[in-house]
Formats: sequence, structure tokens, C-alpha cells
Amino acid sequence: METIIEKSRLPEMNTDFEVRSLDTASLNESELQHPWWYNLKYFAAGILFGIILVKAEIISWFRIQEMFRLQSFHMYGVIGSAIVVGIISIWIIKRFKIKTIYGEPIVLRSKKFHKGQIYGGVLFGLGWAITGACPGPLFAQIGAGFTVVTITLLSAIGGTWVYGKIREKLPH
Amino acid sequence: MNLIEWISKPWPWWVAGPLIGLVVPVLLIMGNKTFGVSSSLRHICAACFPANISFFKYNWKKEAWNLFFVTGIFAGGIVTAIWLKNPNPIQINPALVNELQQNGVSDFAGLMPTDLFNWHSLLTIKGIMLTVVGGFLVGFGTRYAGGCTSGHAIMGISNLQWPSLVATCCFMAGGFIMANLILPFILKL
Repeated sequence: METIIEKSRLPEMNTDFEVRSLDTASLNESELQHPWWYNLKYFAAGILFGIILVKAEIISWFRIQEMFRLQSFHMYGVIGSAIVVGIISIWIIKRFKIKTIYGEPIVLRSKKFHKGQIYGGVLFGLGWAITGACPGPLFAQIGAGFTVVTITLLSAIGGTWVYGKIREKLPH
Repeated sequence: MNLIEWISKPWPWWVAGPLIGLVVPVLLIMGNKTFGVSSSLRHICAACFPANISFFKYNWKKEAWNLFFVTGIFAGGIVTAIWLKNPNPIQINPALVNELQQNGVSDFAGLMPTDLFNWHSLLTIKGIMLTVVGGFLVGFGTRYAGGCTSGHAIMGISNLQWPSLVATCCFMAGGFIMANLILPFILKL
């Protein structure tokens, strides 16, 4: 099954497979071509996600500090219950072979282990505790009026770029 | 109490967590999209400064949905700040307040301490550490790890991927080290 999917994807991809398999987060598994405005529904989903991030104070620098000092259960509750709902949702999708609204089968890829998940994970954790934000909350913090976070976001884009530049030299 | 007033109060974890969990099936059912935010940073690099780096040479337009999603997160922040703002000061654990006060933090009214994060102190060593260095670590680390809290901790673990569990444990380890061992020195700068 996996090989069939790989083959059907070949013609349209101009990236190497290694990159894609190393970096499986948030990919578009759809083979369909749509006009750009079909993407507006993801904008709407983003608005709702952003509202949740602010209202549950996940964008709060203080909540993140509490989490990493074991001074509050809040963030553990948020992430833990999100995972539980996510596990149940994916189980239901697989069990009943639920399709997308366009009738495509839903594709879930496995993640391969590599050392970057350890080194990169620790580096991200260090940054998370400094900025009080993982990437989603960065966007929400700026929207909520903390304009100086724009610099944090630009620096995060810079960090991603530097990773891309030197990734062949890094252990994976 | 009207609806807006009710929504404007801070949401407890047992409301917010399950709603965030539902983003996973919503994106899959909308069009086979896997939940993840940090990839947007890569798409921005690919779109704006690919610089002939192979990691940024791919069809980013196919992943444009992710850029719409993060623009939505930004807009959600604006919506909340304008219409759903919490009128009360946020509740913070007194032990944290005490510790931060000893390190010179005095603003506990909002979601972020504006005495640490503001344009005036941006060019101080502390400001650079908190924004530029912190942001760099977030961008570099998430891409090196292949995902962030959404892509690994929520999407990856929901799909029972053990590498995502490893990554999540490392996120937490890095956070504990920074918050308890390093950040106090940064705040004293």
C-alpha cells in the first residue's frame, strides 16, 4: 500500500524523498488540485485554533513557565486531553475508513526515528521556555497585540533557514 | 451572563484540550492535511528565500493551506484581543510570581510580561536573548526535530508514532533545563 502511494506521488514532487520522510509534519496528502480559495477553510480553522490558544492562555509566557516548573496542571491537561481526543479521532477515522469531504481516502504516514528528534527536540524545548511560545502561539501572540514577537517569529524563520542550510552537516 | 461574557473568561484545560484535539480530524477530513504549525516556517523560507538550498526546493504552493492556517491563527489572536478579551488580570501561581519578582519582573497583568517583551528593551542583551535567540532555537529546533508541539506531541502521538513521543520528551527536557537552570541567569542580565 505504502509503495503504491509513493509511486502515485512521484510525478508532481520535485523534492527528494529523504526530506519528505524526515519531515513528515503537516504535509498535504491530498492529490487534488483546487483553486486557491479552497484554502480559505483552513484560514477559518486557523482562526478557531487561534482563539482557543489565546482563551486557554496557551500563548501565555507565564503558563509555559508554570508548566516547566510543575507549578500548574493547566498545560498538561490541555496537551494530554488533546492527545486523547486525537487518538480516539484517528482510531475512528481508521476503523470506519472515513474519507475527506472530497471523497479521498485519508492517508496517515509513519514517522521515522532519527537523532534530530532528540537534538532538535531539546533545542526547541530550550527556545520554548525562553519565548513562552511554540510556533502556533507565536502567530497568536502577535495577533493578540504583542507586536515585538514579530522579531521572535522572524528569528524562528531564520532558524529554520539556517537548519536547511547546514542540515547535511548535522547528525540525523 | 451573556455568551460573549462567558466566552471571554479564560477557558479551562478540559474545554481547550479536547477542542485542540479535534483540529486533528477536522484538517484530515477537510482535505487530508496533517496538523502541524512549524512547517509553515519552512514554507515561508521556500517561498521567500530558497537560496538554492535543496531543503527549500519543493512545491511549497501545494502546502499553501498551511500558510492560510497560520494566518488564521494570527487573525484569531486579533479577534480575541478585540472582542473576547479577558477583563481580569490572569491568575499566576504565587511561587512563580515570587521567583520572577526576585529576577526583576514586575508586570503580571497580561499574558506576557511586557517589561521583558517590548520594543525598547529589544536591543539589550536580555531582549536579544528572549526574542532573537529564543526564536532562533524554536525555528531551528522544530525543523531539526521535524515538528513542534502540534506536529509531534499532538498529531504524532495521536497517530501512535513513537518517534513523536521521543521528540515530545526532548521538548519537555529542554524546557525544564531552560526554565529552571538557565532562564534565571538570562533574566538577571
